[in-house]
Amino acid sequence: MKIVLADYGAGNLRSVSSALARAGAGAETVISPDPEVVREADLAVIAGVGHLGACAEGLQKTGLAEALRERVVADRPVLGICVGLQVLFEESEEGGKGLGLFRGPVVRLKARRVPHMGWNTLSLRGTPSILDGLDGEDVYFAHSYSVRPLEELPGAEVEHGGPIVAAVERGALAGVQFHPERSARAGARLLKNVIAWSRSA
Amino acid sequence: MVKKRLIPCLDVTKGRVVKGVRFVELRDIGDPVEMATRYSEYGADELVFLDITATVFGHAPIVELVERAATELEIPFTVGGGVSTLGHARRLLRLGADKVAVNRAAVERPELLTELAEEFGAQAVVCAIDSKKVGPGKGEVVTHGARKPRGLDTIEWALEVVERGAGEIMLTSIDADGTRAGYDLEITGLVCDAVSVPVIASGGAGTVKHLAEAFEVGAEAALVASIVHEAPEGIPEIKRELEEAGWPMRI
Repeated sequence: MKIVLADYGAGNLRSVSSALARAGAGAETVISPDPEVVREADLAVIAGVGHLGACAEGLQKTGLAEALRERVVADRPVLGICVGLQVLFEESEEGGKGLGLFRGPVVRLKARRVPHMGWNTLSLRGTPSILDGLDGEDVYFAHSYSVRPLEELPGAEVEHGGPIVAAVERGALAGVQFHPERSARAGARLLKNVIAWSRSA
Repeated sequence: MVKKRLIPCLDVTKGRVVKGVRFVELRDIGDPVEMATRYSEYGADELVFLDITATVFGHAPIVELVERAATELEIPFTVGGGVSTLGHARRLLRLGADKVAVNRAAVERPELLTELAEEFGAQAVVCAIDSKKVGPGKGEVVTHGARKPRGLDTIEWALEVVERGAGEIMLTSIDADGTRAGYDLEITGLVCDAVSVPVIASGGAGTVKHLAEAFEVGAEAALVASIVHEAPEGIPEIKRELEEAGWPMRI
């Protein structure tokens, strides 16, 4: 099995690739800016930090956006992490526009403390495969904006000044707002689930 | 509900963790990534690596440290100490540090905070503030290992750094630091009340009760050093006690 991290020029992807390598018994993980490699892999991952606008722009410029779109149309597994989840949605209050693969905006958090920083407890909605066994587990968040899906999707929420979407899953397209690569055992479990989910897709 | 965080701080010089009093009699106590991994296994929620030999910052060991930490650690980590330019900070974040802590550089050029937040997001930018008590409920910002008063009011400065883009404040009371007599709850509480970002209380932790006191005045996280360096295996017990005292902890 081959996993590719889409390298759109935004910072460090090695933390995520190491975590995937730890989780993915035998899966080969590569970091690549090549749309062809992103098209071909069994699982494509969009990760990174910073602004949705910069992420979307990087994906467009490199041709990776198109490759990711094609994967989604063909029901081939794509996972977004943090800003990689946000970029799957539409307009952001931070400025910029995502790929629109999920419907809904990206909005500024409204809570006493923003950024939402630290470990928070997942409450599952429906039965998302990637979150199997993770109901009630703590995972690590660090973000000031969050997605607001217009469709009802399996996934997870956490509480921070109201419910925040922590994860969504629709067929072979999924995303998590938290950082599995920095979420200790629960994060490793998520990545193992993701690998199993993409194998069965 | 977001959990309160226990954050061990590792003082690093030339790629090794050291322990000493105010830069004298530094003793090598171990490899930073090995120690960090052990703390992570015992349940530390996050880690801070502080390069205490700021003048030689940028030399190879810290780079190697960040690269190793980024690939080996399973919890988030912040790197600080002598981060004086956008280039330094960018390099650390690009190598995989989750956050970078800036202190003196922010005092000298506050725009740095905005530049970093624009490129990496506020969640990656920690402003470290060293505060010295100058009156009841009043602190002054100091730098250079507390030797240099900067003529800035701690609370006003805290508000400014948030306005400029810092996503978290690491507030160290210089008077309490190293005393193990507890955090300076007065200034910590005032800063927590004033700002909208999470505040990490720092300086003075000696017992579990001190951590609970910091949470009581509004801190989201407690920085600890000696109490975990001496007995990392005590971390689960510290967190359990805090949970029993009613604080949301990741157990």
